[in-house]
Parts: sequence; structure tokens; C-alpha cells
Amino acid sequence: MNNKEKLLKEEILRMSGVNPVKCMRCGKCSGTCPAYDEMEYHPHQFVSMVESGDIEPLLESKSLYRCLTCFACVDRCPRNVEPAKLVEAVRLLAVRKQGANHLKPEDVAAVLDDDTPQQLLVSAFRKYAK
Amino acid sequence: MKVSYFPGCTLKNKAVMLDEYARRSAEALGVTLEEIENWQCCGGVFTTSKDEVATKLSSVRALKDAALKGQPLVTVCSACHNVIKQTNYAMLTDPEFASKVNRYMAEEPYNGETQVLHYLELLRDTVGFDAVKEKVVNSLKGKKIAAYYGCLLLRPAGVMQMDDPENPRIMEDLIRALGAEPVVFANRNECCGGYVTVESPALAARKSADVADNAKAAGADMIITACPLCRYNLIKNGSELPVVYFTELLAEALGVKEDTNE
Ligand code: SF4
Ligand code: SF4
Repeated sequence: MNNKEKLLKEEILRMSGVNPVKCMRCGKCSGTCPAYDEMEYHPHQFVSMVESGDIEPLLESKSLYRCLTCFACVDRCPRNVEPAKLVEAVRLLAVRKQGANHLKPEDVAAVLDDDTPQQLLVSAFRKYAK
Repeated sequence: MKVSYFPGCTLKNKAVMLDEYARRSAEALGVTLEEIENWQCCGGVFTTSKDEVATKLSSVRALKDAALKGQPLVTVCSACHNVIKQTNYAMLTDPEFASKVNRYMAEEPYNGETQVLHYLELLRDTVGFDAVKEKVVNSLKGKKIAAYYGCLLLRPAGVMQMDDPENPRIMEDLIRALGAEPVVFANRNECCGGYVTVESPALAARKSADVADNAKAAGADMIITACPLCRYNLIKNGSELPVVYFTELLAEALGVKEDTNE
């Protein structure tokens, strides 16, 4: 792990409060993840890749925007690792960069219909933009 | 009795009847929902990162408002409840986070004192399902109802502490109290696709269809929910069963579905 990777890892662990060393690689988090099919890196890989400092590929991955924040991986992990918190921390680091918002106000018109609840838009902006 | 009430932005707009039926039903059960003044949107989803402070201030202000009145804070929307409850838990259990938040709070600090209740918990623990049952004037006998919990009411279970996250019963018990028959189905605590419907409509469509199809296959004739986004996703993605707010069913059973104040 080079110095940059080390700093990135430390920041993610500080933001998330997660200790990836607790993971026993059982894969249960990924097995229960409803977004599994659309993810390039799955929840258990977030855990092992953050642990090894292999974070750049995660920052670039569309997996960040497929997580539903359903907390299934949090509740069903036998070791209380809470992988969703790592996904969240990496996503925040990605969208906090200047000009890196994943959802922009001009994108919204295309997804709106007469029944779109306000909750949908505020939630999407909270997760996809800064 | 009076409780503090946080309606949330969707209940003032697209889900206005979720709110209306909740208020009318509460009155019929002897509880007044006192809307807190100047509440602001909870943000829709909780952000777990510890360095996200500003995004949680609206929830803390609502919590503090209830604390100053010495009242529990009640919400009906699953999402508002999840955000506010998780924020309160962070204020209670993470002193470093709480001290950052309290730098934004005028006068006295807030440290997680408020009891956060979902409307369903108010019915179960404060009013009592037996008392609800006694007030039923239109029994829903013969209806087969699937209670869809989704994620937000139940998880993370250690924080939400509403019910068993893998085998919940609070909505089934309510359905029984209203005279109807609950239909338990496997996907009742799985995700509808949530906000990812703007990012990957196909993913949300699959998740929602799994829920709706599973409820239908289990023999239900309607689905109830507490979440406007779950309802939206299920209907948009072709649920063959009607998807209604649990408060509508409650108002119907209590005989307050039609507004008598106008
Ligand atoms: S469920 Fe927990 S212990 Fe198992 S792989 Fe996932 S994070 Fe690791
Ligand atoms: S919170 Fe995200 S990563 Fe975890 S199970 Fe749900 S969708 Fe998958």
C-alpha cells in the first residue's frame, strides 16, 4: 500500500467507523444484497479492497450508485462489519470532488412523472450529489 | 394526549392523504398530532458517514423541539422516521458527532433525549392494539392484506428497534385489530429499489415486481405500506394488487375516512 492509498483508507475508516479486519469473508453481505446483479464490486469486495488500500477502482465504479442503502448487509453480517457504511464513505469521497455530482438538476426532468414523490428526489440528491 | 409530529415534505405534497388519514385516525383514538413549527425536510435518506453534520441538522432541530416540549416525536413516513431515528441514535451514542452538531444549536445542547416513535409504534405501545380494536366501526373482515415493510421501518434493527427485522408482526397485528386477515409473504422486508429508480429503473423494476408478485402469489388482495417511495415504485412497476397507505385502512376501519370537518 503506497502512502496515498494509506491516507485514503484511513479517511474512509474514520468516516465510516468500520473495522474491515473483523470480516471473515463469508460473503453473506453480497449474497443478500439486492443490487448484487448490477454491481461490479460487491459489498464483501468493498470490505476487502478498502482493507488492502485498493480504493481507486471503487471510487470509479458505478457500484457506488447502485447501492440502495437498504441496510440488509448491515443487519445480516454475522460479524457486524457494516459494509454499507464503506460504500457510503467511498461514494461521498467520489461525489465531493469538484464537478463530480452524479445527479444534476438538469437530469431530473427526464425521470419525473406526475406521481414522483418528493422523497425520491431529495433521497437521490442526498446520495448522488453534494 | 399530545405528541410532537413531523409530517415531512412528501406528506405535504404527493402523499397528502397518508398524513390526513393519520391525523384523523389519531384524533379518533384520543391522540393529537401537534405539528412542530418550522420543520425542514429530513433529507429522505440517512447518511451514515460521521463527518456528515450539516445534512443532519434539520432532524436534530426537530428532535430538540420535541425535547423542549417534553413530548415524543412521531412520524408516519418510513423514510422520515428512519432518518430521524438514526440521527437521534448518533446523537445519543457518538459524543464526538453530537458535539459537532451542538456547535450549530442555539442555547442548550441536544443529546438524544427525545423518544422517536413511528405512528405504528404509537398505535401498538401508547394507544394499544386492543384499544384500536374497540374503536373499529367498519370491520375490514374478509380482506386479505399483505403488509409491506421494506427496509426503512426495520433496518438497521439495532437502531430502529421497532420489531424483529426478519419476522416482523407490528403491521400484521394492526391488520388483525382492524378485523382483516394478514398475509405474510417472503419479500415483505426486502427493498423496492428505493431512490435507485432514478439511476437504474430496470433494477428498481425488478425489485418492486418481486415484492408485488410475491404478495399476490401469497394470496393477498391488497398491499399496505407506510412509505410513499415504496408505494410509488410498486405501482409504477406494475403491481397487480392495489397498494395503499396503512393509515387509509385505519381511517376506514375507524369510520373517519370521509372528512366531516368541511
Ligand atoms: S457478511 Fe460480514 S463477515 Fe461476511 S463477508 Fe460480508 S462483511 Fe465480511
Ligand atoms: S445497503 Fe447497499 S450494499 Fe448493502 S445490501 Fe443494501 S444495496 Fe447492497
